[in-house]
Amino acid sequence: MDREIIQLNAVTKSFGAVQALRGVDLSIQPGQALGLVGHNGAGKSTLMHVLTGTIAPTTGSIASGGGARPDYGVAIAKRLGIRCVFQELSLCPNLTVAENTRIMHPRLRGFGWRRRAGRLITRQLDTMFPDHGIRSDTVISDLSIGRRQMVEIARAFTTTDDPLRLVILDEPTSSLDPSTSRQLLAFTRRFVADGGATILISHLLHEILDYCDRIVVMRDGRVVADEGTAAFDRAKLIVTMGGAAEGHAAEAPVSAATVAAEGPARVRYRPKGETGGTELTAQAGEIIGLAGLAGHGQSDCLVEVFDAAGGRPGRVSVQGPVALVAGDRQTDGIFPLWSIADNITVRSLGSLTQGPLISPQRADALAESWKQRIGIRTPDIHNNILSLSGGNQQKALFARALGSDAEIILMDDPMRGVDIGTKLDVYGLIREEAARGRTFLWYTTEMDELEHCHRIYIFRNGRIVAALPRAELTEERVIHSSFQEAVA
Amino acid sequence: MSGQLAALSRLRTRPWIWSFLGAALVWALAVILAGGHGAWSVITTAIAFSAFTVLVGLGQMFVITLGPGNIDLSLPANIGLASAVAMKVMDGSDGRIALGLLAAVAAGLVIGIVNYLLIRLLRIPPLIATLSSSFVIRSVGISYGRGLQIKPPLAFADLVVARLGGISVLAVLVLLLSILAGVVLARTVYGRSVLAVGQNIRAARLAGLSVRRVRFLTYALCGALGGLCGALLAGFTGGSSLDVGAEYLLTSIAVVVIGGTSVAGGMANVPGLWGAALMLFMIATLLNSSGLGIGVRDLMTGLIIIAVITLAGGRRSLR
Amino acid sequence: MSGPAALAAEVRSPRPPRQFNARRLFRTALPALSLIIVLLAIRDFNPRAISYFGFNLMLNLAVPVALATVAQLCIITVSDLDLSIGNYVGFIACVTTTWLPTRPWLGAAVILGSIVVYGALGALVQLRQLPSIVVTLGMSFVWLGLALLIRPQPGGTAPSWLAGFMGVHVPFVPFPIVAAVVLAIVMHIVLMKTAFGAVLRGAGGNPAAVARSGWSLLRVKTTAYAMAGVLGSLSGLALVGVSSSAEANMADGYTLLSIAGAILGGAEFVGGRISPVGAVIGALTLQLAAVALNFFQLPELLPGFRIPPEWQVGAQGLILILILAVRALINRGEA
Repeated sequence: MDREIIQLNAVTKSFGAVQALRGVDLSIQPGQALGLVGHNGAGKSTLMHVLTGTIAPTTGSIASGGGARPDYGVAIAKRLGIRCVFQELSLCPNLTVAENTRIMHPRLRGFGWRRRAGRLITRQLDTMFPDHGIRSDTVISDLSIGRRQMVEIARAFTTTDDPLRLVILDEPTSSLDPSTSRQLLAFTRRFVADGGATILISHLLHEILDYCDRIVVMRDGRVVADEGTAAFDRAKLIVTMGGAAEGHAAEAPVSAATVAAEGPARVRYRPKGETGGTELTAQAGEIIGLAGLAGHGQSDCLVEVFDAAGGRPGRVSVQGPVALVAGDRQTDGIFPLWSIADNITVRSLGSLTQGPLISPQRADALAESWKQRIGIRTPDIHNNILSLSGGNQQKALFARALGSDAEIILMDDPMRGVDIGTKLDVYGLIREEAARGRTFLWYTTEMDELEHCHRIYIFRNGRIVAALPRAELTEERVIHSSFQEAVA
Repeated sequence: MSGQLAALSRLRTRPWIWSFLGAALVWALAVILAGGHGAWSVITTAIAFSAFTVLVGLGQMFVITLGPGNIDLSLPANIGLASAVAMKVMDGSDGRIALGLLAAVAAGLVIGIVNYLLIRLLRIPPLIATLSSSFVIRSVGISYGRGLQIKPPLAFADLVVARLGGISVLAVLVLLLSILAGVVLARTVYGRSVLAVGQNIRAARLAGLSVRRVRFLTYALCGALGGLCGALLAGFTGGSSLDVGAEYLLTSIAVVVIGGTSVAGGMANVPGLWGAALMLFMIATLLNSSGLGIGVRDLMTGLIIIAVITLAGGRRSLR
Repeated sequence: MSGPAALAAEVRSPRPPRQFNARRLFRTALPALSLIIVLLAIRDFNPRAISYFGFNLMLNLAVPVALATVAQLCIITVSDLDLSIGNYVGFIACVTTTWLPTRPWLGAAVILGSIVVYGALGALVQLRQLPSIVVTLGMSFVWLGLALLIRPQPGGTAPSWLAGFMGVHVPFVPFPIVAAVVLAIVMHIVLMKTAFGAVLRGAGGNPAAVARSGWSLLRVKTTAYAMAGVLGSLSGLALVGVSSSAEANMADGYTLLSIAGAILGGAEFVGGRISPVGAVIGALTLQLAAVALNFFQLPELLPGFRIPPEWQVGAQGLILILILAVRALINRGEA
């Protein structure tokens, strides 16, 4: 057997308190197509970043060609011929296809570079997607998303003088149509047959099962299975990903889950472009879970509901004031220059005024009472918000929403990177507030949290593909619906 | 040791102290150079002149606090036009002073609203919107005030230069207005919204604040303050002039930056405006009295702005 | 060029047809269209202006303005803005009239040093992640101050070779037009055709992606700013060649004009979308619109009515707003 292209030994990676990788061993040989699967937060993308050198492991070692690489980084990865097609586009939208190829290859310069770059990328596109219809002098922003993806993928396979041995493809088919996807996957087989190696990450399990030689399943930052494809079928993959074999407790933590809510719907929502299909509804007192793989339309749903509040009912109808708890604290939630109290009260300013002025006493009283109720650990609510730990910052965002007059609370995966203590505090509060008649729409990527919901809607590719009452919720069903095949 | 640290951290949280320290330092130098003469008169003159700078600076500060890219380049043209409007409406008559002031403020308000509409409807950065509107306003100003050199009403001219115990009455009024602006920022829904939008426009929207209304009000406010300043300047300089606003383009931004307002948005600093305005005036005085020309003054102003911004850091280094 | 070989090549790479995009075409043609409209208007009102000498007269100042505009364009390419270019041009003009005729080495050294300062500003903006608007605003004071120190009073003399160059008589085509065409072609090649130009524009479009491919953003920004410094210096030289004397604030209007010209020419404020040819055309359009208003009379509509000269600036602003409005309409339809 050939020497490995790259080998990870007991690699761990932690971001603060969160352990993204908990000791991963992985070796990649030439001539192998590897499939990597796992549910949200299993550690796949962290692993990819370690392989491409953009993230250094906390502990563990990386070796290549038999020798250890203690200072592994982007430059070494490039020299080893490891490339990655990330999910977020890394093309310059204002440049042409040829110019983007040039950005990747310093060698393409001097007289006639544009022609050479154009030929290079066109030839690659011709090989991979025979009827691609892309001119190398087209500006990227003029291309459809699917064609941009084709350019991005083809570019990763072009070579000038650097080697090309391993290409990591992170959900490469997400914006390709089925026949183009097949062309791509067929090409990766040829690439592998010529001695290259690929790592394919995909939520479409048939792609993994049909095109990979070996499948690695990740769960909770560990590799839980690493075998030849023959050892797996669809059902086994799902079971392995979900860990159902461990006999996961399916006991409902919420007795309220059995109580059917009464009254008219406060929220009605249908995804954009859907006329039939499942409609999401939520009544007073209900906790509604939005599940599925990350980025399949759950956050869009929340933002649309947020924007529809107070507007005329249509595809989305919302009755009552809304407040949103952001999951991405830094970009959607925190005001970094403000104190904890200011951050809590910003949603309620209108109701804290006396005459034209905001009353500091009333604002402090509101912030202080929610500090107590939700248990924000700080000596003084007038300290800067950034003096808090991540979990406590998140509590402040919860306090902002719960302390407001909102009857509908939208939660955008708010427990990302939050410690278990905070979670338990907040779960209790959500149940309490729901019992008082508030409605919760809760997008979460964590299976355990769905157990707090009365009803769960599973999203895939921007559509609602399943609605499960709490009683029917199992991890397997969620994964099954999330990974379901495109209808053949 | 810990006391020093506390003092240091207080300096960090109150960046306006620097501008006052700078002003005091320059003042001391100027007085020493002048052989100890005129220490008091330099201060009172500086205060009188600073009133105008601060007035424009307040509007610019609200705009800049809205976050990166927000800036009003139409202020000089606005001031020029408003000074002409005020003088024409007052028409040298004491009885029409209030009317003239109102007209000037209204002119500024309209300019601010037009600026916002350009930004919103054409979806162009504020810089370009206010830039193009300034071209047009300047022409309107020239053609409106053509050839006319109307003197301000006597009572108005007296009022603008009036002093009580050596302190300019106008400066006291502007000081009251600054305090009001500080209160608005800290204690009203609008002011808090300005600060929130400037820190994180997305988070502000998701926290239920009306981003559009906040931006509209801010550009309108800045325009109105520019208009008011134009009218007062006309009284101060004895008649309207289109060039009266020219120096306020750079000065209005300079006092905001030097005064410790964050150019990344979300943090405004009212006292700093006064410190910076006083300092800039003191520098001018110092350089004049030491025989150095306007060139050195400009050079110093530019270097100070760059030094302040480099030390304060940009957006990402703040985080 | 016949036979099976050619046929095979034909088959192997079927070049997909270029997609026709009316909106894009219109957007690209917008600067040229506005120039033509202004020219037509001038011809209508004063046919004599459309002549060799007419153009020489009307486009007298177009060369320095166009140079300042492409200098601004270099900064816009990397998604920044330069508020100091006008005063920089004035400063260079002062240096030129003061030192170049008598002490050419000193003058040349100062100009070269200023270009280095420009490049250093780009490095500063990138290193400290500063807003370019504020930094260049500060620099505008600095250049103005330095210019006033060198030349407190208007005056000075242009080096004879410079005046000679700017006053050169090209047969048939007026010199400013020749200069503008040359400038447009050179800038188009540098920014749009060279390999490094692609990296510059890429850094304006998606800096993270460019950095991930191994390019130094520090080098990119420094280069862009230094290029602006070079072009700004040329603008100052050209200005002296035309006006033969200098004063510190003779070009302070260029800052606004250069931004307006670049935008008029089709550049976007962020994202590295630029058009050097469009920028030159934009500069010419604004220049003509301002000068030509002197000729405008609307006797049919309003007897004896002339668009007064004070509307020169206003017309520039209105043209800018109009173009931006048309572009907003085009883009809205596209979205």
